[in-house]
Amino acid sequence: MSFMKKPQVHHAELPVNGLGYTVRDYEGGMSTLCAGCGHDSITAALIQACWGLDIEPYRVAKMSGIGCSSKTPAYFLREAHGINALHGRMPSIATGANAANGELHFLGVSGDGDSLSIGFGQFAHAIRRNVNMLYLIENNGVYGLTKGQFSASADIGSTTKRGEANEQPPIDPVMTAISLGCTFVARGFSGDKEQLVPLIQAGLRHRGFAMIDIISPCVAFNDHEGSTKSYAHTREYFHPAIHADFIPPREEIRAEYEKGRAMPVELHDGSTIVLRKIDVDHDPTDRAGAIAYLERHREAREIVTGLLYLEEEGSDLHANNRTVPRSLVDIGMHENAEAILEEFQAGCR
Amino acid sequence: MKPTDTYHPDYFHKVVDCQWACPAHTDVPGYIRLIAQERYTDAYMLNRASNVFPGILGRVCDRPCEPACRRGRVDDQKPVAICRLKRVTYDLKDDIAARLPTAPEKKNGKRVACIGAGCASLTVANDLMPLGYDVTIFEKLDVTGGLMRSNIPRFRLPPGVLDEEIDNILNMGVDLRLGAPVESMGWLLEQGFDAVFVGSGAPRGKDLQCPGRDEAGESGRVHIGIDWLQSVAFEHVESIGERVLIIGAGNTAMDCCRTSLRLGATDVRVMARKPVDQLKASEWELEDALEEGVEVMTEHSPKAFVVENGKLKGMTFEVLEYFQEEGRQKSRVVDEIFLPADDVILAIGQDGAFPWIERDIGIEFDERDMPVVDRVTYQSTRPGVFFGGDAAFGPENIIWAVRHGHEAAISIHKHVHGEDVTDRLPNAVDVHTSKMGLHEWGYSNQYAPEERRLVPHVDMKNRFKNIDVEVELGFGEDEWRTEVERCLNCDIQTIFFNQKCIECDACIDICPTQCLTMLHIGDDEPEESVRQRLKVPARNPEQAVYVSGKLPQTGRQMIKDEDQCIHCGLCAERCPTAAWDMKRAEIFIPQARDEEAARTERKERA
Ligand SMILES: Cc1cc2nc3c(=O)[nH]c(=O)nc-3n(C[C@H](O)[C@H](O)[C@H](O)COP(=O)(O)OP(=O)(O)OC[C@H]3O[C@@H](n4cnc5c(N)ncnc54)[C@H](O)[C@@H]3O)c2cc1C
Ligand SMILES: Cc1ncc(C[n+]2csc(CCOP(=O)(O)OP(=O)(O)O)c2C)c(N)n1
Ligand code: SF4
Ligand code: SF4
Ligand code: SF4
Ligand code: SF4
Ligand SMILES: [Mg+2]
Repeated sequence: MSFMKKPQVHHAELPVNGLGYTVRDYEGGMSTLCAGCGHDSITAALIQACWGLDIEPYRVAKMSGIGCSSKTPAYFLREAHGINALHGRMPSIATGANAANGELHFLGVSGDGDSLSIGFGQFAHAIRRNVNMLYLIENNGVYGLTKGQFSASADIGSTTKRGEANEQPPIDPVMTAISLGCTFVARGFSGDKEQLVPLIQAGLRHRGFAMIDIISPCVAFNDHEGSTKSYAHTREYFHPAIHADFIPPREEIRAEYEKGRAMPVELHDGSTIVLRKIDVDHDPTDRAGAIAYLERHREAREIVTGLLYLEEEGSDLHANNRTVPRSLVDIGMHENAEAILEEFQAGCR
Repeated sequence: MKPTDTYHPDYFHKVVDCQWACPAHTDVPGYIRLIAQERYTDAYMLNRASNVFPGILGRVCDRPCEPACRRGRVDDQKPVAICRLKRVTYDLKDDIAARLPTAPEKKNGKRVACIGAGCASLTVANDLMPLGYDVTIFEKLDVTGGLMRSNIPRFRLPPGVLDEEIDNILNMGVDLRLGAPVESMGWLLEQGFDAVFVGSGAPRGKDLQCPGRDEAGESGRVHIGIDWLQSVAFEHVESIGERVLIIGAGNTAMDCCRTSLRLGATDVRVMARKPVDQLKASEWELEDALEEGVEVMTEHSPKAFVVENGKLKGMTFEVLEYFQEEGRQKSRVVDEIFLPADDVILAIGQDGAFPWIERDIGIEFDERDMPVVDRVTYQSTRPGVFFGGDAAFGPENIIWAVRHGHEAAISIHKHVHGEDVTDRLPNAVDVHTSKMGLHEWGYSNQYAPEERRLVPHVDMKNRFKNIDVEVELGFGEDEWRTEVERCLNCDIQTIFFNQKCIECDACIDICPTQCLTMLHIGDDEPEESVRQRLKVPARNPEQAVYVSGKLPQTGRQMIKDEDQCIHCGLCAERCPTAAWDMKRAEIFIPQARDEEAARTERKERA
């Protein structure tokens, strides 16, 4: 970690977004993570994405658990709301927060340990409830914060720094999410922001639970030869299947797309995701097909990336529960609130 | 674009904007760090090594370094007060006697004549005396210093400072002949000198030809600026009328108007032909004049002198209006006015004048009647006769004269030893790491957001009591301690080792000024296209775009826009593999003594 502060001074010609902010205005505190950690790069991608979407930082709720990954909300959007939940418990707190104020952008940042080990149950239920949020798993195959034990996403045969191999099968968050009915499932890599930033933007705009599994190498404990989550390994087996271009509402689709390989999907807010098929045999709107596709590539040890499954028609937590998505604070108290509560409680006794 | 050769001696040098812009290539960040470490004498000596007159220049240097300073490009801020910090080294230094160069007891048997005792000749003497030369300076006046003494007013440059720094050179045993004008170059060439250096300046002030000039001249109230300033300096003139018009708006005009105020004028106007944004005077000189109550009237062109009964009444001016036509600036006359005046001072430029150089002795002159002088060797068309300072290419400033002096000294040294004057040592660069620990560097890398400090001035009441009162007081401790931290240490360079990079993006993301980008580029992709594709396009052609070799994992290349780097070292701090390092680039500018060292080495090897 660095002890000096990142100075406020910036490039003299740094562009501003629709709100008049530069990308520097979306930063947070100075990272205390290890220099070179993939998580820091994801932080930078989040900053870039929120800036590009003209999101007011104070309209964002940063939700996280415990882990190096879960520390990162301190490093972006310093004006946003945020909470560091107990280890693995962020999904339920996010669910509650979303129930109380569905108008914020919910941004969950978790780790493979936080979501796939201790928090696996919570993770599954947030998907099942289709909480309207973007959920990132910064996946490094280890418990970084506690010094590099294998996590549940470690591949069979992947070794620790000292050479011990992992023998247990990994939980694949992408496969898991699709099978749980998640409506937006993607995989990215901290080392490829060109792919990652539009994925994050699309995920933030998607209504419902959007999950992005992001391979994010741990330079301290899992970036050696023998690791399957290192920078070098990820780059070698990186297999982009679908590229998502995010196009904000009312903006023209300018790029020329090759026929049959591009598929525009309009989101509820009028923005568009153009899915560009890089691997032609995958249709990201076909759930069974997506599962089969992932299976095939798993056997080849390829790391399939991109927006792998998308369903825009799903109904989210508030729609399912027929609750008010607006902020409860804005709704105000019923003048007879106490009496109503009393009556309700009496009925429950 | 091909990978950059950072070991080209100019590559890192250009990144140190101030040092590159300084004609004498003073190691500015080097001396600023020494001040910060309270090593004032070392800081002074480091200055002296390149610019010879730190105390003088720390007051009156034309400071081309400041507009170039990187700090002025970032954060909408003003440049570092480089010049004022130079003065701090002079003000705070200890006794330097033991550290000054000396002449060896054993002379080298070579005799050099210098014409004029201005800064150009003095620099030549400074460089050649330690090598064993006998240097003779012929000076027309009874005093040394040239225009520094005769024209730059004492309220900007106290004579004590001049004496001290000039004596440091003369005391090496220079044969100084005061009151000894050279009246014939032919004669001088017969005196058996091995080389001649002409540092006689540009002594002729330009006159203004317009109706009434002759009558006005007869009234005795029209003065040529530089001659008038000299008369004031030598106390031949001690007063002036109440209403004074200064024609011209360059630095000479600024000295004339401020001097007038000190000799009794109360209503002083500087008359400029050009619009306000095109005045020749340095910003700071203009500011000082305005602060003292001088009125600057722009877009007024002198038309005629008005004289009645042999007495100067004033001048008429055409009032101009500027406009653009076919992309060029034009002016038209919109009015005419009369301004009363008791005295008029002409400050519209200077010319070289060489009536004492015969035109048939092999020294060629061009159509402007200036000597033909080589821009690298400073040699005239007659081998062994060199020119420097204002005498070489017309009026410039002290720091250029110093640069010319250094270069001419090299040429003289080569010439007297029968070597080719064009075969000179190249500039060089030496880099060494500034890493002191995991997150510690040999420089203070934290960006200091403070604004430029202002130098305190003597208050208005006391300033005009006497022409000797120096207006600028120099930085106090609070000011210089803040100001040194504003320097970005541009000589601490980012050095990249592409083989070590794992492409984690840490440096790219942390860089506060967005100067790093990784891209796939082709060898044949033109630089302009690469510049456009950076995180923020690189639009300053003066600053390079660095391109690394290919990165091991993806074959991309690391690109750095040198223009906006603030040398904070964060890229190196955040890099997990030490692919970036912060290294101090020391720029080596050869002087005569280095040529001598190289000669000795060659001799020893042979
Ligand atoms: C009013 C004014 C203000 C200035 N202010 C600044 C300033 O603030 N900062 C700055 O950097 N520059 C300033 N300059 C410019 C600067 O003074 C000159 O560029 C510089 O002094 C040139 O140095 P030099 O050695 O070439 O010549 P000079 O300083 O002109 O010295 C030449 C010397 O040669 C002598 N000489 C001439 N002919 C003969 C001869 N035939 N025989 C013997 N001796 C001879 C002259 O008497 C003189 O002493 C100013 C100039 C003027 C006119
Ligand atoms: C209830 C509880 N159990 C265990 C821990 C210890 N612990 C802290 S972080 C962590 C694992 C974090 O792993 P991951 O989510 O992958 O984050 P990373 O550090 O790898 O980014 C564990 C087990 C804890 N803080 N709380
Ligand atoms: S331990 Fe690993 S995951 Fe944690 S900060 Fe360091 S590199 Fe990142
Ligand atoms: S910031 Fe310092 S080193 Fe850089 S150009 Fe300015 S004075 Fe020179
Ligand atoms: S030193 Fe490095 S991080 Fe700092 S401005 Fe320069 S390139 Fe950017
Ligand atoms: S921080 Fe170091 S390893 Fe990472 S991209 Fe930059 S130079 Fe490469
Ligand atoms: Mg982890």
